[in-house]
Amino acid sequence: MAKILMKGCEAVAEAAVRGGCRFFAGYPITPQNEIPEYMSRRLPEVGGTFIQGESEVASISMVYGASSVGVRAMTSSSGPGISLKSEGASYLSGTMLPALIVDVTRGGPGLGSIQPSQSDYFQLTKALGHGGFHMMCFAPESCQEIVDLTYNAFEYAERDRNPVIMCLDGCLGAIMEQVELPEMKEIHRDKGESWSLYRHEGEKRDMHILTPYLMEPQLEQLNRMRAKQYLSWQKNDVKVENFMTDDAEFICIAYGVSARVAKDAIIMLRHDGYKVGLIRPITLVPYPKAQIAGLDYGRVKGIIDIELAIPAQMKDDISLQVAGRAPVYEYGRTGGVLFDDVEIYGAVKKIIDSSREG
Amino acid sequence: MAVVYKRPTETLRPVPTGFCPGCLHSTAIRIIGEAVEEMGQADNCIHVLPVGCSTLNLLEWKGDMIGAAHGRAPAVATGIKRSSPERLVFTYQGDGDIAAIGFSEILSAANRGEKFTVIFANNQTYGMTGGQMAPTTLVGQKSTTCINGRDPETMGYPIRLSEIIDSLKAPYFIARYSLANPKGIIEAKKGIKKAFTYQMESRGFTFIELLTNCPTNWGMKPLDSLKYMEETTSKYFVPGVIRDKGAEN
Repeated sequence: MAKILMKGCEAVAEAAVRGGCRFFAGYPITPQNEIPEYMSRRLPEVGGTFIQGESEVASISMVYGASSVGVRAMTSSSGPGISLKSEGASYLSGTMLPALIVDVTRGGPGLGSIQPSQSDYFQLTKALGHGGFHMMCFAPESCQEIVDLTYNAFEYAERDRNPVIMCLDGCLGAIMEQVELPEMKEIHRDKGESWSLYRHEGEKRDMHILTPYLMEPQLEQLNRMRAKQYLSWQKNDVKVENFMTDDAEFICIAYGVSARVAKDAIIMLRHDGYKVGLIRPITLVPYPKAQIAGLDYGRVKGIIDIELAIPAQMKDDISLQVAGRAPVYEYGRTGGVLFDDVEIYGAVKKIIDSSREG
Repeated sequence: MAVVYKRPTETLRPVPTGFCPGCLHSTAIRIIGEAVEEMGQADNCIHVLPVGCSTLNLLEWKGDMIGAAHGRAPAVATGIKRSSPERLVFTYQGDGDIAAIGFSEILSAANRGEKFTVIFANNQTYGMTGGQMAPTTLVGQKSTTCINGRDPETMGYPIRLSEIIDSLKAPYFIARYSLANPKGIIEAKKGIKKAFTYQMESRGFTFIELLTNCPTNWGMKPLDSLKYMEETTSKYFVPGVIRDKGAEN
C-alpha cells in the first residue's frame, strides 16, 4: 500500500477510524485541535458521529454514553483538558466500559504552555482520576507507530473493558511523516458479548445495568479483578525497544519524542567510543519493569532518564527497578522548551565523564 | 371486576423503593414506568441515572440503565441517543445534579436539540447528602448550609430551569407539573407520554420538570409537605406547559 504524508494528530484520528472508532466527542485545546477537526470531516463519511462537546467533562461523558451502547468511542485533549477528563476516565474504568483517550501533551502545570512537553507522565500512569485505577498507556515515537498502536487500541480496551490512553507529545502531534495505513476493520458492535446496552435487531435480552458498583462486596470484587488484570498486563502486554543496549555501560531511558532525539545522540556518542544504549518504553502502563530490573548491573554503570519534564517524572519507576544497583541520573527540559540531539549528546557525555571522575 | 389500578410489571420490580416515606420520587418513577410500559417501550428504553436520591431508581427500575457522573446525564444520554437513535432514552435528575453541577450539560444538550427526554425532579434540596441548599431552594427556605433560610444577597435566587430552557430555540417540548395532588400526577403522566412520543418521532429535545417534595430534609410530615408545595413551591415554580411545538403546528 502506498505511503501518504500525515501529521501525528491526523494519523491518530485516521488510525482510530480504521480501527473501528465511530464516535468522537472533544473540545478545542492546542496542540491537538487537528484531531477533532479531522474527525468532524472523517466520521460522517463512515457513518460515525462527531460532536464538539461543550466541555472536556461533557465530551468524555458522551464517549461513556456511546461506549455504553457498544460503539467504539474516542476523545482527545491536552494536559489541562485531560485533568477535566479524569472524572470520565474513572467512570469508564469503574463501569467497565472501553474507550480511547488521546493526550497530546504540552507544558504544565496549570494552563502551562502550548509547546510540546512530556508533563503528564504522573497523571497518565499513576492516577488519572479518583478511586485508584490504571489504564494501558501507549507512547509512540513516530507517526507510523502512532498508526500501528492506535489501530489496535480498541482491542485492548474491549478485552479489558477499560479505557486506553495514547500519549503523544506536542512534537509528535504536529510533525508530518510518511505513514502506511492499514485496512479498515470490520466492526461488530459489542460482538454479541453483552457487555453493553446494545441489542442486535430483534434481540431479546434481560435488563442490563451499567453503573459504577455501588454495593461494597461487588466493588471489592471489581477492584480485585482489576488488580489481577494489571499483573497480567505486566506479564503479557509490555512493549519496549532496546537500542544498542547489548554492550552498553550506560543506558538512557526515554519515551516518545525524547527517545527519538536520544537515539541520534547515542549514535554520536558511539562514534566517540562511549558504550551507550537506550531502553524505550512503548507502553508506559504496563511499564517495562523486567527489562530494567534484568539489566546486567555488573556491566551497566549508570542509568540516564531523559525526559521533556523537570523534575523527571519517570525516574521513580526506573529507580524502583534499578534498586540501587547503579546510579540513576536525569536530564531534561521543560515548560515547552525542547532539546535536540546535540544537547543530549553533550548532557549524556558530561554525566558519563563526571561519573568516571567521581 | 374491572381492574382500575395495577402496578407496572415490565418497568418496575416488585420491591419497596429506596425512598423515604412520603417522598414523591416514588410517585414520579411509578408514572414514568407506567408511561414507558403503556407505550410498549419497556424493552427499548434506556434510563440514564443521575447522582443523588434518584440513583436509587437503580433498585426498582427494571429496564436497561446506565449510571452517569454527577450532572453529566445529558452528555451521557447524548452519546447513547446519537449512537442508538432507535432507543427511548431518558434521564431523571434532581435539582443539584441538573441545575448546579450539570448546568452546562443540560443547557448544551437542550441547545443542540438532542432527541432524548430529560425529567427533572425539583424538590429544592440535596436530599441524598442530607439537605444542603440547592440552586432551586426558595428564598427564606432553610437548609443545612443556610440554617437561617436562603438569603438572596449572598446566595442568589432560585433558578427556574424550565424558563431558562425556554429561552433556547431548539427544545421541542417543555412542561412543569406538580406531583402535590392527583390532578397534577395525572397531567404529569400525560406530559411524560407526550414527551416520549415526540422523542420516538425524532421531533426534538423534550423536557419535563416535576415539582416534588422532601419531607425528611424539609423537616415536615408528608402531608404538610404537600400543602407547602401547593401554597409556596407552586407559586414560584408555576406548573403548566411552557412550550409545545407539536401543538403549534
